[in-house]
Order: sequence, then C-alpha cells, then structure tokens
Amino acid sequence: MISLHQQVETLTVNPVMTTDRPIQLRKVMQNHTLRVENLDVYIEDQHILKDINLSIPEKSITCIIGPSGCGKSTFLKTLNRMHDETPEVRISGKVLVNDENIYDRNVNVIDTRKRMGLLAQRPCPLPMSIFDNVAYGPRIHGIRKRKAINQTVIKYLQYVGLWDEVRGRIRSSATRLSIGQQQRLCLARGLAIEPEYILGDEATSALDPLSTKTIEELFIKLKDKYTVILVTHTLRQAKRIADHIVFMYLGKIIETGSTEEFFGNPKHKLTRDYLSGSFS
Amino acid sequence: MKKKLLEERIFKAIMVSAAIVILSVLLYIIGTVLYKGLPSLSWDMITKLPGGGFYLGKEGGVLNAIVGSVYIILGALALSLIISVPLVMYINFYLPPNSKFSKVIRFSLDILFGIPSIVYGAFGFALMIYLGIRASLLGGIITVGMLVMPIMMRSFDEIARLLSRELPDALLSLGATKYEMTKVIMRQLMPGLMTAILLAVGRGIGDAATVLFTAGYTDNIPVSLNQPAATLPLAIFFQLGSPVAEVQNRAYASAVILTVLILVLSFSARYFSSKFSKNKI
Repeated sequence: MISLHQQVETLTVNPVMTTDRPIQLRKVMQNHTLRVENLDVYIEDQHILKDINLSIPEKSITCIIGPSGCGKSTFLKTLNRMHDETPEVRISGKVLVNDENIYDRNVNVIDTRKRMGLLAQRPCPLPMSIFDNVAYGPRIHGIRKRKAINQTVIKYLQYVGLWDEVRGRIRSSATRLSIGQQQRLCLARGLAIEPEYILGDEATSALDPLSTKTIEELFIKLKDKYTVILVTHTLRQAKRIADHIVFMYLGKIIETGSTEEFFGNPKHKLTRDYLSGSFS
Repeated sequence: MKKKLLEERIFKAIMVSAAIVILSVLLYIIGTVLYKGLPSLSWDMITKLPGGGFYLGKEGGVLNAIVGSVYIILGALALSLIISVPLVMYINFYLPPNSKFSKVIRFSLDILFGIPSIVYGAFGFALMIYLGIRASLLGGIITVGMLVMPIMMRSFDEIARLLSRELPDALLSLGATKYEMTKVIMRQLMPGLMTAILLAVGRGIGDAATVLFTAGYTDNIPVSLNQPAATLPLAIFFQLGSPVAEVQNRAYASAVILTVLILVLSFSARYFSSKFSKNKI
C-alpha cells in the first residue's frame, strides 16, 4: 500500500517531470485537457489538416509553428469552432475538451467559445469605450450587477497592465489606444469571459518589439492559470516563451516535443531543415 | 521624359475641368432657382396654407406641401428601414459569404434600383385599387417607401460589405450570439446607415411621379393616414403649369423650400450620425 502522502507526491511531481518527455504527456492530462483525435479538415475539396492527433499539456504554453499555409491557423480555428461560420469547411474527428467532444451535436458552440479566449493577429477593439470593451463579455454572458462588472473590468485591466495607463480615460473610445495597448485590451476582454484556454493567432505579428515583449511576458504569466496555445511564425518567439512545440508541415504534424528537445535535438529531417532555414 | 510630363498635365487638366463642369452645373441650377424663387419667397409661403382658390392661387403658401412631403418621406424612411436593416444584416452577417441567396437578393435590388419612379407610381396605384385605398398619405408612404427601399438597401449593403471580418470574428469568439454580434456591428455601421438614409431622402422627397396618383393633392394638412397629402414636387409641378406668371414664380420659391428642406435633413442626419458614432473605429 502506498501512503496518501506518497500518492499526493507522485501526483504533484509527475507533471513537472513529464513536461520534458512528450511521450508521457498524454498520461498527465487525463482531466481538464485538450485532446485532438483523428482530426481532418477539408475546405471544399482541399484536404487542409490531415489526421491530427495531439494532446495539449495544460497550464503551459504550446506553440504551433510551421511554414505559411501549413494549416496552423486552420487548426487553431477548429479549437473554438470558428469554422462553423464557413459552410465550405468540413471537419471530421474529435476535439476533446475535458473528455467532451466539442463537435458533438449536443454541445453548444457558445459554451465552447466561452472556454477559449482568442487573441487575433491584429487587435480589433469593439466600437465602444475601453470599459465597455472589457465589460462586453461578462455582460453578454449574463452578468448584470454593476459592481461585479466594475470589479471584473478593473481586475483584468490590471492583469494585463493597462489599468494605470487608462484609468483616467476608461470611458473614452478604445480605438484611441496605441496598437500595443489595444492588443492588451483585447487580451483583457478575452480573459473577462473567464476562459480555460487562451488561443493566440500570431498575436504579436502586428506589434512593435516593445509591445511584443509585453504580450510575451503576459503569456508567460498566463500559463499559471490557463493553458495557452499560440500559433507563431517566429521561431525565436517560440524558443523564448514556449514549453512545448508542435511543428506542422503541409497539414500534418511532423514533430512535437518540449522546447529544449525540439530545438536541441530535432528528430525529423523536415524539422531540422525548417530550423536551419532551408525552407520557410 | 517630356512625354510623361505632358501625359501628367493632360490628365490633370481633364480631371480639373470635370470638377469645374460639375460645380458650374450645380451653381447654375441653384442660381436659377434662387434668382427666380427668392423674390416670390415670403414668410407666408412657408407658414400659410394656400389661399385664393385651390392650388393655382397667388395667395397664402405651401405649408400643406411642406408638411405633406415631410410626413411622406418620414413614413417611407421608417417603412424601408424596417425592411432594409434586417435584410442587409442577414445577407452580410448571417448568410455565409458568397451565398447564392445573397447574390439573388443583390441582383433583384439592382433591378428594383433601376425601375423608373413612374412605374412605382403606377404599381402603387394598382396596389391601392386592389386594397381599396384612395389617394392618401398612406398610399404615398407605401409607394415612396418602395421607391427608396432599394436605394437604401443597396447603399447600406455596400458599406456593410466593406466591414472587415475581424469585428464579427472578434465578437463571435467572445461567445456572442449572431444577434448580439449584429447589435455591435450596427453601432459600427451607423454612419453608413446615415449615408444610406440621406441618399434615400434625396431621391424620395423630390420625386413627383410616385406621389402623383398615390398621395393626391390637397390644400389642407392631412390629419390621418387615409387623407390625401400635398407634396412639394407636385406643388412645383402644378404651379409651373399655371398660365399666370406670378404663380409660376411661386414654383421657384417652392423649389427653394424643397432644396433647403433637403439640406436641413442632410445636416441633421450628419449631426446625429456623428453623435451616435462617438466610439467608432
């Protein structure tokens, strides 16, 4: 018999140990996980994603990299069902969030999207004030009490480090912020719907280096509470912030692994070619 | 090199002269209307009903036509807004892009757009006979509504199509329903809607052929929807047709009033649109 103490120890130690060994990742994430099984995506007749099988480790940053057109963004969109808006897209396979397939017929798409906070390539503030931008999500999800909304707005503006910069003009239009501030506002807006996952679709590609750094630092801060999945085309960014790397090429997953292993000792020839810059 | 410079100059000259032609035509029209109309324009014209025997008289004013025109255009705007806004939202943000249905809708709107106003007038008249409505404010509103609806929809649609997919996507990814998304998009599109309304007003308020059979003409201000209503274009039409020179000049005064009315409506629409869209991107 193992003592309770030992059990707790193995439970808590295991995740830390296994982060370096991708083969064992699946075991760690039995609860509160995101798993993709046999996912195929077609846009009209084109086979965009081919038999994707993947587990995303929780409370860490997973970066999806690959040359343009490899299907990274398409993959990200399957996670919050944004393909529902385009009828040409056909999806087969499973995306399991906490063991529930989000493409099941009885799963509500709104609930799924609420679990996934999306940070788009370019910030797109809503045509309303800074305050209302952050308050929008909680409001549409049924929070009416003014005090609760105020608290939420302040909390997440503070979280993204925007509160001190905007507290004097919280009621003015969100479009007057700089683009870096707008991206942080969009992050706060996404966090205010209290998601479990943060999806970033090249979320820093429109930003200047300084704003990029701020956003990257926020991602690192976010992984304490959330599972962060980022699509990026800058290898250096992936190297800087990712815990796990997924390398895609022509709609297939070529290699996955921890950041150190992936960059230090890539196994696949394609990966080595990509990392050495033979193609991009 | 010389050839390029010459090319540049020629095209600049063409563009500048085109602008000058447009401006001079506009000034000429406004000048004529003001020159002929201002002497006959008096306070009485704006504030009094016609006096001295039916609309051919020299006494009184055209208040009946002013009020009638405003009633009809407001009614027509309300009618076409109720139909245009949901339709434009539907084909742009509910249906997938490139859907066949929205293509059919846009094509039909283009056809409706090109139908001459007299045909709307005749159609409205036939419809009224079928429904048993006499020449009335209601008949005018329905017919002018049909005339301005395609104009409003098509111009609003053009602006809605220009909206980038980023805003709808951002809203949907926050877990908004399509209806919640539409409400935010409408805020963004408010200035565009105002432009569409202005175009509709400009076309609808000055049109004589649609109201000729459907709204009728009267010396009084209508107090209910089934009473006939006078309109400014018809006032101008009847006054110009009079053999009496003084009455003919009053037609130009009526034209001044109509022009000013359109300007007032335009400016107030612009004012309200800038108020609405304080937080626009």
